[in-house]
Amino acid sequence: MTCEKLLGVKTPKRVDYLRVIIMELARIADHLICNSIVGVDAGAYTGFLYVMQYRELIYEIYEEVCGARLTTNIGRIGGFERNFNDIAFQKLEKFLKEYPAVLKEFENLFQRNRIFMERTMGTGAISAERALNYGFTGPNLRAAGVDFDLRVHSPYSSYEDFQFNIPVGTTGDNYDRWLVRNQEMWQSLSIIEQAYQKVQEFKGAEAEVYHADVPEYYLPPKADVYTKMEALIWHFKIIMGETEIPAGEVYHSIEAANGELGFYLISDGGRSPYRLHFRRPCFVYYQAFEELIKGSMLSDAIMTMSSLNLIAGELDA
Amino acid sequence: MALSNEHIKQRLVEKFGDQVSGFEEPYGMLTFEAPREMNLKVLNFLYDDAELKFRFLTDITGVHYPDKTGQELAVVYHLHNLEDNVRIRFKVFANVNQPDVYTATGLFSAANWMERETFDFFGINFVGHPNLKRILNVEEMDYFPLRKEFPLEDQTRIDKDDEMFGRG
Repeated sequence: MTCEKLLGVKTPKRVDYLRVIIMELARIADHLICNSIVGVDAGAYTGFLYVMQYRELIYEIYEEVCGARLTTNIGRIGGFERNFNDIAFQKLEKFLKEYPAVLKEFENLFQRNRIFMERTMGTGAISAERALNYGFTGPNLRAAGVDFDLRVHSPYSSYEDFQFNIPVGTTGDNYDRWLVRNQEMWQSLSIIEQAYQKVQEFKGAEAEVYHADVPEYYLPPKADVYTKMEALIWHFKIIMGETEIPAGEVYHSIEAANGELGFYLISDGGRSPYRLHFRRPCFVYYQAFEELIKGSMLSDAIMTMSSLNLIAGELDA
Repeated sequence: MALSNEHIKQRLVEKFGDQVSGFEEPYGMLTFEAPREMNLKVLNFLYDDAELKFRFLTDITGVHYPDKTGQELAVVYHLHNLEDNVRIRFKVFANVNQPDVYTATGLFSAANWMERETFDFFGINFVGHPNLKRILNVEEMDYFPLRKEFPLEDQTRIDKDDEMFGRG
């Protein structure tokens, strides 16, 4: 999307909505693991095994869409590599039908669970002011009581077309982080439902659109390369590096599951960026861990760490 | 009232005169630069000013421009005013032989690791940083890997002909 901003590519609405589905599924997959792992660290293993089944279902949807399960690679400049197939939509429907009951049950296991509440309330707390100073974003910042969400503040990918709430906590402790993530999953579910409905409303040729009309940045389908002159030319140009990106610098950020995921790109023309830097939310807020656990019990430190949701692959990207 | 880029620029020029320069607005984000000794003063002003309130540090990173003699290394700050939802980009340039820039850790706790990362990859010496050590690379490393002196491709390979890839 940063490239699209740099190039000024306008994506079709259907692409935006499909992207929203993918991104919200990812958010659910992330929050599921995070919240259930907090449970595991408190000694409740059941929830983790139970929701894993539905994370698996999300992976299956990804698998249908792009072939990969975790490292999804379907995004292209201007859209997707190919259209979603019917099985992907069927699996999505299955997910939308079965998941709410599961999430409800998961919620019942934890939310008012006395042991869980006593373990999490008041531990690993951070004030809104300190959280901002530490550069917190995403659910961790919202749990501290700051209603900052990029999906609302600087909408991308047509998020402005959707109705959803931003859950906000008050104390910024482990329990609030858990609640915020839990509530966000319900909101994501509702966003996916809305997006899926919007996707279904496209009729005729519009219902087949899966990328913007930017042949210079977009490899044509292989079948076309063999049969159509134009597609062959574009294929050749892209592979041989004759398409160029304008020089400029751009910063774009999205509300990833963990917070503000930013991409700072400097282009000097040509094919590859001069400088590309990621702002990884994990890296930024992990610094606060020391302050969060100071003076608390060792067992609380473990829970605090899981409730911050640190992803190693994100830390050192 | 929303804060406009024009207004921010005006406030900065009022305060710092011609020491802030290079105003640009690539893709809507106000970008400017200042001499490296000024970086803390500018950041403090942006933080404290009752109108500007750039109190959220989004990102710090470095860039290496080997062709700009005397100004090879850039430190880029991305700041965010959460109340008005305005972002700005602020750069300082330093000489590669003496890349000293004041640390922003006193102002933003978040700057701690961001500066360590920038030091790690570009060798920018943040003066006054509490713990300026490598953070992602191994400690024994004696070079700064993201400087442009390291070519992207393995130079020992002879089977790749740039001519054939349109880069000759």
